[in-house]
Amino acid sequence: MARATTFKFTFWKLVFLLLMACGVYATFIRFTQGLGASTHLNDQFPWGIWISFDVLCGVMLAAGGFTLTAAVHILNVKRLHSIIRPTILTAFLGYILVCAALMYDLGKPYNIWHPLIMRNPHSVMFEVAYCVMLYTTVLALEFSPIVLERFNLQKPLKVVRTILIPLVIFGVILSTLHQSSLGTLYLIVPEKLYPLWYTPLLPVFFFLSAIAVGLAMTIFESSLSSKHFGLQLELPVLRELGRVLVVVLGVYAILRFEDLANRGVLKLALHPGYEMYLFWLEISLALILPLALLLQPKVRSSANGLYLAAVLVVLGFITNRMNVSITGFEGSTGVRYFPKWTELAVTGMIIAAGFALFGLAVKYLPIFPKEETVQERLAVPVNLESAVSPMLEHAGD
Amino acid sequence: MSKALLYDSTVCIGCKQCEQACAAQNKLPYDDAIASEEIQSDHKMTVLLTRGDKFMRRLCMNCKDPSCASVCPVGALQKTALGPVTYDPSKCMGCRYCMVACPFSVPKYEWGKLVPKVQKCTMCPDRVSQGKQTACAEICPTGATKFGEYNDLVAEAQQRIHDNPGKYVDHIYGLDEVGGTSVLLLSAVPFETFGYRTNLSKDPMPMLTYRVLSHIPDFVPLGGMVLGGIWWITHRREEVALAEGRTTDEKKNGRKE
Repeated sequence: MARATTFKFTFWKLVFLLLMACGVYATFIRFTQGLGASTHLNDQFPWGIWISFDVLCGVMLAAGGFTLTAAVHILNVKRLHSIIRPTILTAFLGYILVCAALMYDLGKPYNIWHPLIMRNPHSVMFEVAYCVMLYTTVLALEFSPIVLERFNLQKPLKVVRTILIPLVIFGVILSTLHQSSLGTLYLIVPEKLYPLWYTPLLPVFFFLSAIAVGLAMTIFESSLSSKHFGLQLELPVLRELGRVLVVVLGVYAILRFEDLANRGVLKLALHPGYEMYLFWLEISLALILPLALLLQPKVRSSANGLYLAAVLVVLGFITNRMNVSITGFEGSTGVRYFPKWTELAVTGMIIAAGFALFGLAVKYLPIFPKEETVQERLAVPVNLESAVSPMLEHAGD
Repeated sequence: MSKALLYDSTVCIGCKQCEQACAAQNKLPYDDAIASEEIQSDHKMTVLLTRGDKFMRRLCMNCKDPSCASVCPVGALQKTALGPVTYDPSKCMGCRYCMVACPFSVPKYEWGKLVPKVQKCTMCPDRVSQGKQTACAEICPTGATKFGEYNDLVAEAQQRIHDNPGKYVDHIYGLDEVGGTSVLLLSAVPFETFGYRTNLSKDPMPMLTYRVLSHIPDFVPLGGMVLGGIWWITHRREEVALAEGRTTDEKKNGRKE
């Protein structure tokens, strides 16, 4: 068993090192020769995979953070408490990696701080910039108790716990704004974006799908973690998430098709062509297949069934973001965009870094419930009287 | 007060002196090879298109309510009262949202440079603020590109269409498009011939995003209050349960609240 684990890790380490090596070389090209030499971007296609995948999908994949903190801290759903730490870790890493990707994509990355002093509140990008900055800070604070516990720093820990609820509320508001604003970005291009994807409801769809992906990512990473770190799977908790996921996907599906019908573009979904195929790929992966799986009680209660459905939802909405930001523009610009190897290498490196950092954090920090409860009970006295007590976070233990 | 350009393609002889003057004004290279390029790019801000014996200019329309200025997070792009839409490269961080948003796909990027800028016609703001014409209008030998007061030029364009029935397409391009632009075009053949979008809304595009953005100041306190309220209720329930000596029902809690 131990030997098997060692071998496995060596294989993944090799993959990791390869991805990192390619990524570092691509980074070198990007910052010594510029965007033209390192990407397939051009005047017709100014936004490519670094925006579509690294930023749009990156932010979406981090949505578990606000979904779960809202469920646990605001709605007081205690059963979900055991998986909140890995979810916050994922969200925090996600946002750090989004910031890293932005440094590649911006033409002048050293000016990234400009929105702090040069403000244009009419710009969605300005809203996005502030959401990224503020929510990354909030996530860092939400994540900080894990680090503070590890080093047993009681004083700052107390401070963070005192402000936890306002912090969570602020984080949920910022996330709502940020997730939806990435859809709002595209509201200004009705004549360029293909009608299957352009809709005044884009912000609503981006937000709703972020909740779905947040739930799916939580199921996905819990399943994966239980396999790789030999932890017990919190199956009842995941079943709970699966049930909510069905509802969110159902609402999204109804709204999406109602919107297509209302705008009179439903026929485009049956109009054979490049856009139609990618539209149905997206709809099948994100809605049809997961709903078909999750609506069967037998599948919904099995670990493998949930895992499969979650992976499909994540892939489906990644396809959705790619369609909105790439496929939907190819018709009007008359240009096909496919990323250059350097763009893929940077994205690959960023994904690899995400997995590696997650692994390191799990190894060295109290992320999963076992260590957490033990340290908790040793460290902080239980206070049942005050509702504002920082212990709320652990009331369910 | 606001200045504008009127380009009448029926008067144009296709000499491309406007291209050359523009390049000189903006300190960009210009030679025969560049003259034959028919697309706007980081080194060519205005283009003279030739289709048979018909000509058409492409340049920044300098919209009255420009998408590019509205989407720029740092305000590097600005609409000036005189008409020009200006660009300040020192503010720009290179997000390229202006390029995505522009309904005329005008802003171009210096992809080959390590410190890249957005490049677009800015309607010669330095010259215009000194009371001079734009470089392209000044050089034009036939008066096809005419610089003047916006209202005067609109009236003149309408007059030309009225006085010459059948000569023009009955449309002043830029009068209504995206809420109006500071560049007005007249043509004898449909504007689509030269790649101009004719499906554009008559309303300024920035409204599309601003309608959503303007709700944020209300949304933040409201969201805070609703979330805070929910938090208070769920935790008050728990407190009461504890005080009454009941244990909170885990399962019910997990599902209902």
